[in-house]
Amino acid sequence: MSVEVATSADLFDCRNAFVSTLEEMAAADRRVCAVVNDSVSSTKLKGFREKFPDRFVNVGIAEQNMVGTSAGLASAGMIPFCCGASCFLTARAMEQVKVDLGYAKNNVKLCGMSSGMAYGELGPTHHSIEDLAWTRVIPNLMVVVPADPIETRAVMLWARDYVGPVFVRLSRMPVPKLLSGDFVFEPGKAVTLREGDDIALLANGVLVARALQAAEKLHERRIGARVLNMSSMAPMDREAVIAAARETRGIVTIEEASVYGGLGGAVAEIIADEHPTLVKRMGVPGVFAPTGSVEFLLEHFGLTASGIEKAAVELLNKAAMG
Amino acid sequence: MSATNTEEIPGLERRLRQASIAVRRNALRMVHHAKLGHPGGDFSSTDVLVTLYLSVMKIDPRNPAWPNRDRFVMSKGHSSAALYATLAAAGMLEEAALATYMDPLSLLNGHPDRNKVAGVEANTGPLGHGLPIATGCALAAKMQRAAWRTFVLTGDGELQEGSNWEAALCAAQYKLDNLVLIVDRNRIQQGDFTESTINMNPLGEKWRAFGWHVIEVNGHNHGELLRALSGPALPGKPTCVIANTIKGHGVSFMENNPAWHHGVPTDAQLAQALDELAKEEL
Repeated sequence: MSVEVATSADLFDCRNAFVSTLEEMAAADRRVCAVVNDSVSSTKLKGFREKFPDRFVNVGIAEQNMVGTSAGLASAGMIPFCCGASCFLTARAMEQVKVDLGYAKNNVKLCGMSSGMAYGELGPTHHSIEDLAWTRVIPNLMVVVPADPIETRAVMLWARDYVGPVFVRLSRMPVPKLLSGDFVFEPGKAVTLREGDDIALLANGVLVARALQAAEKLHERRIGARVLNMSSMAPMDREAVIAAARETRGIVTIEEASVYGGLGGAVAEIIADEHPTLVKRMGVPGVFAPTGSVEFLLEHFGLTASGIEKAAVELLNKAAMG
Repeated sequence: MSATNTEEIPGLERRLRQASIAVRRNALRMVHHAKLGHPGGDFSSTDVLVTLYLSVMKIDPRNPAWPNRDRFVMSKGHSSAALYATLAAAGMLEEAALATYMDPLSLLNGHPDRNKVAGVEANTGPLGHGLPIATGCALAAKMQRAAWRTFVLTGDGELQEGSNWEAALCAAQYKLDNLVLIVDRNRIQQGDFTESTINMNPLGEKWRAFGWHVIEVNGHNHGELLRALSGPALPGKPTCVIANTIKGHGVSFMENNPAWHHGVPTDAQLAQALDELAKEEL
């Protein structure tokens, strides 16, 4: 799937698109409900609580029960959106995610908020850089990382209609709009945001905008960079990854997550099976992050437009040396 | 199947007792066949399961997905032989399927899978999952203003998992008087007696302190179980029925012996057990 991109100058907190879409869906469908772990303000669900008090469940600070209760709600015909900080939602309730959602196929929509290093200064306890590695290996669980507010809305609408467990990984870091308002999310499809045959930049979430900026800088160096939005982490678009491996000289993966087991890991698995080529995995390199804002930490780990540009050039040099 | 309210209670009790003996005999044959299983807990929970499925719960064996059915969540999923044998007794599972327990590609996993067996509401096995799921079911009924009830059976050692107490707080907060927890209080867990491992006493007071309505019964007395499980709920409170049971109940060499948590009978032991259970039936 290929779409036109128009990067907005303004920046948007994707939680606003998340919550407005959730309220709109709840108004139209009595099955839609929200479950939170005290995280009423960090999920921006105060308005939902006021509008739909009978369909708002606050289990308190208790993530195992939050996910288990959501599974029970789903098994009885509700469509629960189970919302909490991704670091706690995934790590504390991982067995419930595996068994009550993935294995039992309960129709729960997990919304992991403030993922990656969005909680910057609060430190590694509050960072969620392992969640992609943990969730994408659970059978039946769809894992999606939207790139902008438009895609966040599209993913929420799709998640309501898709019958089965979904993990939507959201941030609070403001990002530009990239996609047009009529965008429709398709699971298992990478979205080509820019064509190019020298190198492929595969990104997800808040770093997609930076990958596009890097592609523009590479274009100035006469390097054609293909940019794929890999929002659908599971299932992953194997064909798009294999095509990127075949048609370019190397792949750079870019994610606000550990370089182990997430997007980089998934891409490396596919090309190792199908078409080995050089891959540079950008992300958090197997460490707990130091103290600093999310902007500082992204720069610290080279997750900026110029950092991606540099990594792409180094990869092409490596490819040229054979 | 609707509650047999019109049946004379002594007659109903006799029927449930006979059905429970038949379920125990089937469950032990299944464990013997699979050379795996948890017969001690199968036998302590059998009378609860039979009372629920053959009398208390509003279910339709021909339509197990009936939206207004009462829900039952088997949190102690390791007692799957007793659950499957009870589902067969209730007409929700072909009796012939019981002979495939844990066979390769059988529908009857060691721990139940709701996507394989009609009548199974939750995939359990890891402990401490059932009560949160049942809490969600009960919340859904409240949201839908539906009259059906949710029952959930846990072990007593299982209550050492903290997730149960997260759900206990939540169920009380949301006044889930449509939720009934039954604790199979057999006082034995895998490694030892429960009170020698982590003392759960005073168990009833714990649930009362968490805001639940507590009833204690002899978990092998069908009359007491019928009264506790069929009775009206206390408005605004979830109910906890502590069923005092004997692990391995009904077979002399299994009763109250931690070794039978997941012991497998020899041919001779199976024959003796079936014989003892048959005599009990008389």
